[in-house]
Amino acid sequence: MSRDNILHRIRTAIGRSAGQAVADPPPVRLHIPEADMESRIASMIVRIEALAGKAYRADTGKNACATVAAAIAGKTAVASNAPYLAECGITALPGVRSGITDRDELRQVCAAADIGITSADYALADTGSLVMLSSPQEARLVSLLPPAHIAVVPRERILTGLDELFTVLPNPAIQTSSMVLITGPSRTADIEQILVRGVHGPGQITVIMV
Amino acid sequence: MGKRVSLFVTCIVDQLFPKVGMAMAGVLERLGYQVDFPENQTCCGQPAFNSGYRGEARLVARHFLDTFESCETIVVPSGSCTAMVTHHFAELFAKDQAALARVHALEKRVWEFATFLTEVAGVEDVGARLEEVVTFHDGCHGLRELGIRDAPRRLLACVRGLELREIEPAEECCGFGGTFAVKFAELSGAMARTKIEAIERTGARTVVSLDPSCLMQIQGALLRAGSSVRTMHLAEVLASR
Amino acid sequence: MSAEFDQKIHTTLADANLQLAIYTATGRLKEKRVESVAPGILPDYQELRTQANAIKQHSIENLDHYLEEFERNVEARRGKVVYCKDATEVADFVLGLAKERRARLVVKSKSMTTEEVDLNERLEHHGLESVETDLGEYILQLAHERPYHIVAPALHKTRYDVAEIFTRTLHVPNEIVIEKQTAIARRVLREKFLAADIGISGANFLVADSGAVVIVENEGNARLTTTAPKIHIAVAGIEKVIPRAQDLATFLKLLARSATGQLLSVYTSFLAGPRRPGEIDGPDEFYVVLLDNGRTKLLPDRTKRQSLYCIRCGACLNTCPVYRKIGGHSFPWVYSGPIGAIITPQFMGVAHEPSLPFASSLCGACGEVCPVKIDIPKILLELRSDVKKSETREKQNRIEKLAFRAFAFLMTHPRLYELAGRMGAAMAPSDGGSWIRNLPAPMNIGPVRAWLSQRDLPPPPAKSFREMWRRR
Repeated sequence: MSRDNILHRIRTAIGRSAGQAVADPPPVRLHIPEADMESRIASMIVRIEALAGKAYRADTGKNACATVAAAIAGKTAVASNAPYLAECGITALPGVRSGITDRDELRQVCAAADIGITSADYALADTGSLVMLSSPQEARLVSLLPPAHIAVVPRERILTGLDELFTVLPNPAIQTSSMVLITGPSRTADIEQILVRGVHGPGQITVIMV
Repeated sequence: MGKRVSLFVTCIVDQLFPKVGMAMAGVLERLGYQVDFPENQTCCGQPAFNSGYRGEARLVARHFLDTFESCETIVVPSGSCTAMVTHHFAELFAKDQAALARVHALEKRVWEFATFLTEVAGVEDVGARLEEVVTFHDGCHGLRELGIRDAPRRLLACVRGLELREIEPAEECCGFGGTFAVKFAELSGAMARTKIEAIERTGARTVVSLDPSCLMQIQGALLRAGSSVRTMHLAEVLASR
Repeated sequence: MSAEFDQKIHTTLADANLQLAIYTATGRLKEKRVESVAPGILPDYQELRTQANAIKQHSIENLDHYLEEFERNVEARRGKVVYCKDATEVADFVLGLAKERRARLVVKSKSMTTEEVDLNERLEHHGLESVETDLGEYILQLAHERPYHIVAPALHKTRYDVAEIFTRTLHVPNEIVIEKQTAIARRVLREKFLAADIGISGANFLVADSGAVVIVENEGNARLTTTAPKIHIAVAGIEKVIPRAQDLATFLKLLARSATGQLLSVYTSFLAGPRRPGEIDGPDEFYVVLLDNGRTKLLPDRTKRQSLYCIRCGACLNTCPVYRKIGGHSFPWVYSGPIGAIITPQFMGVAHEPSLPFASSLCGACGEVCPVKIDIPKILLELRSDVKKSETREKQNRIEKLAFRAFAFLMTHPRLYELAGRMGAAMAPSDGGSWIRNLPAPMNIGPVRAWLSQRDLPPPPAKSFREMWRRR
């Protein structure tokens, strides 16, 4: 077994013994800027649009639902089990599948759907990111397999940025097995540095802030 | 009589570009300094150090210490050789406490020429005049080890008749690199050609630097390419009137 | 210099198209990095670098502690940690697991660590299909090449090269439009993702207090690799561990900016164990392979161990005037550029390619852009000294050694130095640029000839500085 061998080699090289106490690591560096909600929303819009995503504000859940309905326009969609989507009436829209709890079924539906609709646990204003924690309410594939992703986010979930996120969630592993930050549509520049969107994940991303 | 400064002209200036040393001495004297030249000086040892021969480099560095220890202020027409003394001597003598103490005592008194003028002498206008469109090449060691960026530009800005145009990209190496230039000659040559293309794009007629070794590389490449752009050390520009 | 290294440099320099491709691509990445860390955009950039360096230093100085903490936390969340000392152990582990689970198809996301151990080749050798899913890596796998660049692996391939590779290997019609080429890859690889039994990823960070693996990417292939198959194996070097999830706030701000100039990469996945009860998707099994493969050899030396701070952003490659000329494939191992020049000799031994640490003008641009402040030039200098100490007594090295002994002797004997200089000058007729070609043969050799192969040499002056000084 290489475990003990490798740990032994490490200790010998750095001059430590097994179980020896460790000095405190450098203090955590988290600075949360002052930013009111209006400026956070404005920053979200600037950042998302800079990444060729779409960003909308909606006054009410109902208006958000109407925006989603317009985006669906006859296409097929799969919605996550986030209660907020149901609250807004999005899961009841025609063409939207929701309430899936079986992995294989979810995978098939997501692989065939044109649009994946989710909420987001948080958003990061200074980068235009969505923060998705995997849970019974939010499956991972809904924001990944369909070619378009729509996220409907209540505005109070918009944080200033990474520093605030890791202040709110000092250890995300306590909540979830998977936290994903999504910053813009899937993209590649692997051939001749030419930017192409939608290589493996969604090529279109729409964020509606309610 | 003004304050005394000692020249470390570097081996490359001593052997190949003596006019650079004379120009530097002239500028310093014009500013009222009493200039001396410690005759025992040779080299800082950088060629051996950069080639992996630390034992040999240490011998030369010790000679430098012996030669300059009694000098109050040492001025050097090269960012690279200055950095060797102020940044790398300490590495060479890391295990020799006595020598290390001597190094630390000396390194504060060793100045690259342009920085000496702006920071110690406190001058930017040395009264020079040169009707010329020039560009400035940042030597890498001066730029990155010593943080010299503004000093030469401020000095050039005060030269009457001179127009400075920046190289784009300004901060890319000319490809000299000491023995690198001959160990990897083809690669070094390719880097030099990229540099002189960038120099020619500025439209300047003269390229100025504070490092004679970069100037040797750039001059060699310009001559080989049949270019009409010439090279000048900053000291030569500042000595012009 | 080995003939192979020399030849590869020569071939790359002689290929005008390749020269343009490398210079343009690295130039663009370089500019984007500069913009994204500009004081107006990221005012605390230098403080972040200092913090990142301090965290890495602390992590490496207490590496055993943080690896054990990481291991405990992975296992608390029903994941498993497997320590492997080398390539064989990694392959054996994956093959053993694949056999137990009757797995046939592996999808892989980009990982320099698996490149190090030739994982694909080893798996395929035992009949396990292993497919790279990052677009650039996929193209290279089809072309049987190794990555050209840490973050832009297919930097040297044009759309025409890709068209040829796809037509030949995937039997699709010739397609030179990049969007359509990307769509072909998406289609082919989507099927692989949905059919794969095992997903193998790398890891950008291992978070000790969370037992989490962090993976940063733009395409979504790493998310698919770690989500679609029932088994996820992350392969990571032992040096990737950091103490706390909160440290990610520092590293994530630096990584994407340094790599591509993005504020954040499109996807940052923080993965802590297999899916939990109630979670609808995600893998059922989660393994982290902690690879040594020579890393422990770098630990004893306090300066050189900094090499293990590297977060593989590739900024040093883009800014390096040498990499920008000789490209990635001239380097003797999977890691190229300045970081490759310092880790290859340490992983493989300095004798592997003794001239590698010398293939640098020591301009220092790499150290200036390194987001974790690795003093690359200083390590190059130390490695040069190591090379000289380890060199055998072959003829060429003996001549060089004698030359530097003579140099040291002259430079410590000012009168001899002056005499030698005067002799050199006396031998040189002052007839401009061509003077040196008239030199007697013995002087027109070696370094002088190498110099003259590329440039002219200024004619020596009639008098040295010290002579002028005395006579003024």
